[in-house]
Amino acid sequence: MTRLLKNFAFTTGLLLTVALVIVAIAAPLLSPFDPDAQDTARRLEAPSHGHLLGLDDLGRDVLSRIIWGARVSLRVGFSVVILASIIGITLGSMAGYFGGWMDTVIMRITDILLAFPGILLAIAMVAVLGPSLNNVVLALVVIGWVGYARLVRGQVLKVREMEYVIAAKAMGARSPRVILRHVLPNVMNPMIVMATLGLAGTILSEAALSFLGLGVQPPTPSWGAMLTSGRRYLGIANHLSIWPGIAIMLAVMGLNFLGDGLIDALDPKYRKDF
Amino acid sequence: MTQYILRRFLQMIPITFGILTLVFSLIHMIPGDPAVQIAGEGARAEDVIAVRKALGLDQPLWTQYVHYVTHVLRGDLGTSFQTNTSVSEQIRQRYPATIELAMGSMLVALLVAFPLGVISAIYRNSWIDNVARFFALIGVSMPSFLFGPLLIIIFAIDRHWFPVSGRDDGLRSLVLPSLTMGLALSAILTRMIRISLADELTQLYVTTAVAKGVTRGRAIFRHALKNALIPVITVLALQFGSLLTGAIITEQIFSWPGLGRLLLTSISTRDYPQVQASILVIALTYILLNFASDLLYGVVDPRIKLE
Repeated sequence: MTRLLKNFAFTTGLLLTVALVIVAIAAPLLSPFDPDAQDTARRLEAPSHGHLLGLDDLGRDVLSRIIWGARVSLRVGFSVVILASIIGITLGSMAGYFGGWMDTVIMRITDILLAFPGILLAIAMVAVLGPSLNNVVLALVVIGWVGYARLVRGQVLKVREMEYVIAAKAMGARSPRVILRHVLPNVMNPMIVMATLGLAGTILSEAALSFLGLGVQPPTPSWGAMLTSGRRYLGIANHLSIWPGIAIMLAVMGLNFLGDGLIDALDPKYRKDF
Repeated sequence: MTQYILRRFLQMIPITFGILTLVFSLIHMIPGDPAVQIAGEGARAEDVIAVRKALGLDQPLWTQYVHYVTHVLRGDLGTSFQTNTSVSEQIRQRYPATIELAMGSMLVALLVAFPLGVISAIYRNSWIDNVARFFALIGVSMPSFLFGPLLIIIFAIDRHWFPVSGRDDGLRSLVLPSLTMGLALSAILTRMIRISLADELTQLYVTTAVAKGVTRGRAIFRHALKNALIPVITVLALQFGSLLTGAIITEQIFSWPGLGRLLLTSISTRDYPQVQASILVIALTYILLNFASDLLYGVVDPRIKLE
């Protein structure tokens, strides 16, 4: 652990990530104003003592909206990572453990999904399902599970032939038990790294979808959607474009650092898996 | 080599069909009755029937699929609801703008990454290497929807050097969008060139060349760099594909009239044939580029063909 904390990337990543989580959880306490309260007389006002990051096009406090926006980003991020990893782990371990036609079908589906540029598929799905928080989560899960499935399958193939797994099978353990008790614990470390990096990717994708008008809908505060309205006031109220962008950058950078630090800490040879 | 190309080509066929199937099924993912959704909630019954007929939604699913695939294979991607013209025509008009943007970004990335990567590999762990690594870090972490607006504020609004948006000002219009998209790529490439070249420089053939009297500069540029560029070239081809999807966001920031913007406009007007066609064209271009990247890899590194 001490060695880990000396790792600059890991420490910075951990600090940024902890800060992000605290901001999201304690949003009602930290937020100086109601994120939806409008003061139209003071719209587009520049940062000042009263409103540290200024006011937006409807006269809402930008800092409060960024703080509440952290909740949206993390809610989408965690939902996607949890759902995608459950689906990915289940299908990946089935493909790797049972092999045969099941492996072929699952892997061909992952081939197609990997060949399709991820964000494009997400855009396509939200375009037909309609823009909403739940549909963003759904679209990102559909493209997100593939990575976990591939990783788990590869590891399961390796572990499947190990003596202790063969011994467990010989002692009469049934397949689900072998997978859950003997195979999965061995793939947990790379999964943790993948989930951390996946969280960063998901936050970025949610912001991108919301920026394109396909994600979280107003008045819910979302960093990506804040940038969209900010774009209309470039040159008049630059703070609307800069601060939400910086929030996204810090969140993504923190999680990427954390994931990168974890790779070095857990086992540098995982690097080739990501 | 022919066998290698053939094998990779055959692998591409089921994937292409998978993508065709995915794009085809998009319209059936519309919640409720797609015809009602497309015609609009308050549409008259006969309008809904007309839409259903126009899209072939009254046919069995299998017939619809075969119809879709055969038409796409013939180059007919459908008719736009908005303009009532062939969607391929719209795509043909917008495609060059997206390619131009991708090429511009690639050029920016190369101009930045090549010198920076080579210098930091040669002077490893020096201050210049640290600067390059810091740059790479910022480049990878900064999302285009922050970097783009920053460039607009500094170079278009404050200094009027470049236009704020659009594509009407020739090369000047291309600079800021290319910089926006090229930044992340240049960061990735800098890192790759640095690692790859630093690795080659430790190889014995470089030591041998220097021992035989070759100057260090010649050993680096004539011997090591050649080998170091093998992985970089293939990553370039692969990254060109991701530039196409990155363009969707950059085109939106700069109102650049490319495929990405066409896709977003057609999503907002619920012009589904146009949506499907734009997605299909972007996805197919992406696969073709991946295919090209694999072939290139086979050409520059003969060991790959044997795998």
